[in-house]
Amino acid sequence: MHSALQGYFDPALVALVAALVIGCAGIPGLFLRKPGPGQILSTAATILAAMAGVPASLQLLFSHTTTTYLLQWSLPFGPCELVIDPLSAFFLLPVFIVAAAGSLFAVGYWPAAEHRATERGLTFFYGLLASSMAILLMARNGVFFLMVWEVMALSAYFLIVVEHERENVRRAGIVYLIATHTGTLVLFVYFSLLAAQTGSFLLPPVGSLSALSPYAAIMALAAFVGFGAKAGIMPFHLWLPSAHANAPSHVSALMSGVILKMGLYGIFRSLTFFYEPPLLWGVVLTVCGIASALLGITFAVAQRDLKRLLACSSIENIGIITTGLGVAMMGVSSHNPTLMYLGMAGALLHILNHSFFKPLLFLGSGAIIHAAGTREMNLMGGLGKGMPRVALLFLIGSVAICGIPPLNGFVSEFLLYLGFFSQLKADSLVYLVLLAPVLALVGGLALIAFTKLYGSVFLGTPRSQAAAHPHEAGWPMLLPMAFLALLCLLIGVAPQLAMRLVSPAIAAFYPQPFVAEIPAGYDSVLGRLSLAGILLLTAVVLVTLLWRWRLGRGRVATAPTWGCGYQRGTARVQYGATSFSEFVVAVFNGMVRQKIDRPTLGGLFPRSARCSDVPTETLLDRVIVPLFMLVGAWSAFLRRLQYGLIHLYMMYIFATLFILMLWAH
Amino acid sequence: MITLADQLLVLVLLINFISLGTSRLIFSIRAVAVQGVILGILPGLIHPFSWHLVGITTVIIAVKGFVIPLLLVRAVRSAEIKREVEPFLGYVPTLLLGAVFTALSFGFAGKLPMLPEHQNYMFVPASIATLMSGFLVLTTRRKAISQVIGYLILENGIFIFGLLLAEAMPIMVEAGALLDLLVGTFVMGIVINQISREFSSLDTSRLTSLKEE
Repeated sequence: MHSALQGYFDPALVALVAALVIGCAGIPGLFLRKPGPGQILSTAATILAAMAGVPASLQLLFSHTTTTYLLQWSLPFGPCELVIDPLSAFFLLPVFIVAAAGSLFAVGYWPAAEHRATERGLTFFYGLLASSMAILLMARNGVFFLMVWEVMALSAYFLIVVEHERENVRRAGIVYLIATHTGTLVLFVYFSLLAAQTGSFLLPPVGSLSALSPYAAIMALAAFVGFGAKAGIMPFHLWLPSAHANAPSHVSALMSGVILKMGLYGIFRSLTFFYEPPLLWGVVLTVCGIASALLGITFAVAQRDLKRLLACSSIENIGIITTGLGVAMMGVSSHNPTLMYLGMAGALLHILNHSFFKPLLFLGSGAIIHAAGTREMNLMGGLGKGMPRVALLFLIGSVAICGIPPLNGFVSEFLLYLGFFSQLKADSLVYLVLLAPVLALVGGLALIAFTKLYGSVFLGTPRSQAAAHPHEAGWPMLLPMAFLALLCLLIGVAPQLAMRLVSPAIAAFYPQPFVAEIPAGYDSVLGRLSLAGILLLTAVVLVTLLWRWRLGRGRVATAPTWGCGYQRGTARVQYGATSFSEFVVAVFNGMVRQKIDRPTLGGLFPRSARCSDVPTETLLDRVIVPLFMLVGAWSAFLRRLQYGLIHLYMMYIFATLFILMLWAH
Repeated sequence: MITLADQLLVLVLLINFISLGTSRLIFSIRAVAVQGVILGILPGLIHPFSWHLVGITTVIIAVKGFVIPLLLVRAVRSAEIKREVEPFLGYVPTLLLGAVFTALSFGFAGKLPMLPEHQNYMFVPASIATLMSGFLVLTTRRKAISQVIGYLILENGIFIFGLLLAEAMPIMVEAGALLDLLVGTFVMGIVINQISREFSSLDTSRLTSLKEE
C-alpha cells in the first residue's frame, strides 16, 4: 500500500484531498429528497477518504518529510501556506480514524429514516467539522488558521444543538459558544502579537523566536488560555461536560476524541516556535495538567449522567497529557533529553490513546442510550445480559482508560511514570517524583469511576422498565467500536510500534539540540512491557476459555444478581451508581459535592419516600459563577448604550468613522 | 473622458442632496435609481473597452437602476406610505449637515496620500461624501424604507471608491459587491415586512420595545 502510494501520489496531496472529500461528503444529502441515501453516501465517502488519509499520514510520518503547498488567495494577509510536517501528520491520524468510525456509527445510531428533520444537517456539519480539523492541522497562516478554527467551532456548535428543542441542549450550546469565542478572542491577541513579532502572518518556523522577550511570555500565556479553553484544561473546562453530554454520541466521540486534541495541537505547535523556554512554562503546564487530571476524575466519580462522567474523564485525560507536555518542557529547559523524550512520548502517545478509547466509550454510551433510553446511570442495570458485545467492547475501553495493562492507556501513563522517576538520581528536578503518587491517585479514582459506570450500567438487575429489555446494537454500531478496541489492544501489546509513530513527531518538535531517539535502557523496558502484555492477554484468553468450558460441562442455575436467596428481592436493593461513589465523593468533599436529598425515615413502617442527588462543582459554584455575576454587575453601565434604536447604533458607527477620519489627520 | 466622469460625479453628489432633502419616498427611490445608472456608466468612462466591462455595466445598471428600485417601489405601494413624516432631524438641518459633510470630505480627501494619477480626480471626495450622506439618511429617518434608501446610498459611495481602487476589478469582487447589495435589500425587505406585521407601522423607532430590560 505504501509503496504503491509513493509511486503515484504525493501522500500530502492524498491527505489534503481526503480532508476535502470528508468536508464535502454531507453536501449531496442536503439536496436529496429521500432520506437515507445521502447518509450512506456520506459515510461511504468518509470511510474511503479515511482509508486513503490514514496511510498517507503514516507515510508522511515515517518518511520525516515536510510538504508545503502555497494557497493562492487574494486576501491581504500575506501568503498562505499549507504544510504537513510529522507533527501535523501525527494529529491527522485520530482525525481520520475517529471521523470514519463515528460516521459509520451514525448510520445505526442516528438513522435518516427516524430523524428526517435533523439527519441532513447533522451529517453535513459532521463532515465539515472533521474536514476543518484536518485542514487546521495544515494551516500555517495565522489568519487562515483562525478562519478554519471558527469553521470548526461553529460546526461543532451546530452539532451540539441538533436536538435544540430540549432546553438543556440549547443551554449547553450557548455556554459552549461563549466559551469557544472567548478562547478565540484570546487567540486573536496571540496571532496578532505573533504577526507583530515576525512581521508576517505566516507561522514562524521551529525554534525561531526567543522565549525571553517580554512579548514571548504574553504570547505563551495567550496561547495557553486560548488553546486551553478548547482543550478543556482545568480553569477553562466549564463548557466541556454539558456540551459533550448533550451532543449526539458520535459527535461527542469526535469532540472528545479529536476537537480537544486540536486545542492541544495549538499548544504543541506554539511551543515549537520558541527556543530556550524558561522552566516556568513547564512548571505552569505541569501544575495545571495535574490539577486538571485530579479534579477532572473527581468530578467524574460524582456524576450520575453516563455521558457527563465520560466528559469529566476527558478533562482528566487532557490533564494527563498536559502534565506530560509540562514535564517535557522542563526537560527542554534543563537540557535533559531523557526527560524531554519521556514526557513528550507519554503526552503524544496518550493523545493517540485517548482518541481511541474515549470515542470507543462514547460510541458505547450511544449504544447504551439507544437501548436504555436514558443517560441516568441510576436507572440502568443488567444491560450486559441483553447486549453482551457492547458490554465486552465497553469493558475493553474502560480497562484502557483506567491505565490497566495490557491495553494502551497503561503504556502512555507508564512512560510518564518513567519520566517522573528518571530524575530521581539527578541533582535537579528531583521533586518531579512527587507527581507519581498524584498520578497514581488519579489512576485509582479513574478505576472507581469506571467501576461505578460499568457496574451500574451492565451488571446487576435492571433498575427501570426501559432498561429491562435492551437490544444488541446493530453491526454499523458494533464495527467501529470493535475497530477502536482493536487499536487499543494493538498499542497495548506492541508499544514499540506506537513509539515509532511518536518519534518523528518529537523530532519535529525540537530537531536541533536533541536527538529524538528513545534513550538507552528504556527501549528494553518497552520490549519487556510488550512481552508482559502478550502474556497477560494470553492468560486472560486462557482463563476465559477455561471458564466457558467449565460452564459448558456443569449444571448451571440462573438467578437474579445479588438475589441472595430472598424470596421477593427488588432491583432497588442493589447498590446504585450514587451509593457506590458516595464515600469517595465524601472524601473529596471540598472540591466536589454530591447534594443528596435524603428523606427522613421514622417509625416501624416508614412511608414511601424519594431520594435524589445532584453533583455540584465547588469551583463552579463558589468561584466562577460569582465572578461572572460580579463582572455582570460592573459592566451594567454598558447596557445604557443599548437603546434599541437602530438609528443610534448607526450613529455610533458613524461617529466612530468620523473620529477615525479626523484622528488620522 | 475624465472631465465627463467628474461632471457625472457632481450629478451623483446633487442626487445625494435630493435624497437628503425630500420627504417623498417614491421620488427619493427614483433619485437613487438614477444615481445607480450613473454609477453603471462610470466604469465605461474610465477603463478601456472590453466585453467584460460591458457585462459589468449592464448588470450594475440593471440591478442598481431597475431591480432594486422596482422592489422598493412595490414595498412602498404595498405599505401605503408616501412620505417620511417626522424624521429625527428636520430636512433643512439634514441638508445643511450634508453640505458640511461634503465640504469636509473634500478637505479630507485632499490630505489622503494618493497615487499621483488619482490626485486630480473627484472620485475619493465624491465617494466619501456619498457614504456620509448614506449614513445621514440612515441615522435621521424613521421609516424602514428610508433606511433601505440610506443603505443603498452608502453602498453607492463604497462602489465609487471601488472604481478607483481596481484597474480591472476581479469579477469575484464585483459579484460579491452586487450580491451583497441584493441580499442586503432582501434582508431589509424581510425586516420591513416583519416590522409592519408586528407593529402595524413601519416606524423603526418602535423597535425599542424589543430592548432587553
